Amino acid sequence: MKVSAGKTLFTVGLIAISALAAQIYANVEKNVDVETPVRLNQADLFPVNLNAPKLLSHVSTGQIDSDGNPIQLSCQSCHSVRVPDPKNGSQGPLLSFHQDLDFVHGKLVCISCHNPEGSFSNFRLASGQSVEPENLMELCAQCHGPQFRDYQHGSHGGMTGYWDLTKGPRQRNHCIDCHDPHQPAFPQFRPAAGPKDRFPPHHEKGTHE
Amino acid sequence: MSDSQVQLPIIDQPQSNRRGFMKTVGATLGLAAWAAAMKPLLELTEDVNADEFLQNHYRELTAEQKAVVFKRLEEDAKKEYNADVTISDPAPIENVQFGYALNLSVCIGCRKCAEACHIENNHDRASNNSYIRVFEMEMGGIDFEKGNATYDHPVPAPGKYYMPVQCQQCENAPCVTACPIEATWKEPDGIVVVDYNWCIGCRYCEAACPYHARRFNWEKPEIPAEEVNPNQSYLSNRIRPQGVMEKCTFCLHRTREGRLPACLEACPTGARVFGNLLDPDSEIRWVIENKRTFVLKEELGTKPRFFYYFD
Repeated sequence: MKVSAGKTLFTVGLIAISALAAQIYANVEKNVDVETPVRLNQADLFPVNLNAPKLLSHVSTGQIDSDGNPIQLSCQSCHSVRVPDPKNGSQGPLLSFHQDLDFVHGKLVCISCHNPEGSFSNFRLASGQSVEPENLMELCAQCHGPQFRDYQHGSHGGMTGYWDLTKGPRQRNHCIDCHDPHQPAFPQFRPAAGPKDRFPPHHEKGTHE
Repeated sequence: MSDSQVQLPIIDQPQSNRRGFMKTVGATLGLAAWAAAMKPLLELTEDVNADEFLQNHYRELTAEQKAVVFKRLEEDAKKEYNADVTISDPAPIENVQFGYALNLSVCIGCRKCAEACHIENNHDRASNNSYIRVFEMEMGGIDFEKGNATYDHPVPAPGKYYMPVQCQQCENAPCVTACPIEATWKEPDGIVVVDYNWCIGCRYCEAACPYHARRFNWEKPEIPAEEVNPNQSYLSNRIRPQGVMEKCTFCLHRTREGRLPACLEACPTGARVFGNLLDPDSEIRWVIENKRTFVLKEELGTKPRFFYYFD
């Protein structure tokens, strides 16, 4: 059989190119196999602690006793005998107590959150289910879902401590550390001092216009 | 021939020798120039010592040399600021790439981050310097021309949003490329650092940075002894000498030990998110994967590690 040199060269070349392609493909396959980091067991990590909310148990009467101490009353003193108005959402109609309370929080009423069955010293969800103090955030999360979701992923609410929980714990703010539940909108306030530039801007506004 | 014979005797007269005169003048001038050049040696004081002058680049220092340098710097801090400081040198953590994200919808412009930076990083008190500059921006666009970093009125003001800007720790950092002497470089964990003892203060990096993230120490920083943050590291918050550049280091003296940066801890709103970009369970990864993040001046190709997002 007569085989031309050209055909031989072609065949050899084809084999070489195939081998090269196979090698490259194998390398690509290898690169796809990225090393997955070891996911750490939650039990090995330091805790993320939440600022505990300050719970109500007493209300001030605005009076002082003979020793000069303010007279405080337990919630039950009144709420165990008085029937709550399910429609009331402001201090206006109240005859006594809570007069200094400004309530600006949507269309909520007192008993949207305060549990009348627990004599107002604990809380309940919209379903009527009572909320344990450590789960109080669920109460806010009923309406503020996106904020709660962001909070759970560390992108809402101040925190201190460690980014790396294998090295130390983290302390996180509770909703009510910043947002007054009765007036949740964050008030305006004066910022910290600004930069004292070597060459201050020409205009008071600091624009380049 | 007869001409040269006539001139020969002149060579033998030293008083009127032109060449000799020129030699003397040259030698005198040379000596004067040498004396002028050496004059700074006479003015050598204790704060410009030979050890400091001959110190190697940070990346060429051995562990023993580092120990000597850090001890000298600690003594300098005691002498000049009357503060007992410790200078550490935390190494980059393996498999950690730092990333930062900031939620512009949540930031209220309180400048608490800038203030925390000022204290944490031992900035000059007189200039109220900080690595963070908070811009008050017009709603509806990102126009720094209309931004105002020196606002002083209650925040958040209506119609405005606030954009804190600090070092973006670029992947392709123009400041690193601009430095003529490699006094600034990118660490393995992504932080761009400066060897303050190697920097010559040419300010090329400041000019190269499109984010105005670098600062120059025009004067020796002034900090009362009781306000000096004693937890210092060589590459980050130790008190910088006069005439060198400085920049945000993502608080590497804290973050390389697992702690959060000072600006994040100071943020009351939680607008700031910090973490390891390589950890799929980290908060920073969740933000990048679930929020519409963007980087500043993307078109410049600097590839920042600092992400902004709106809700």
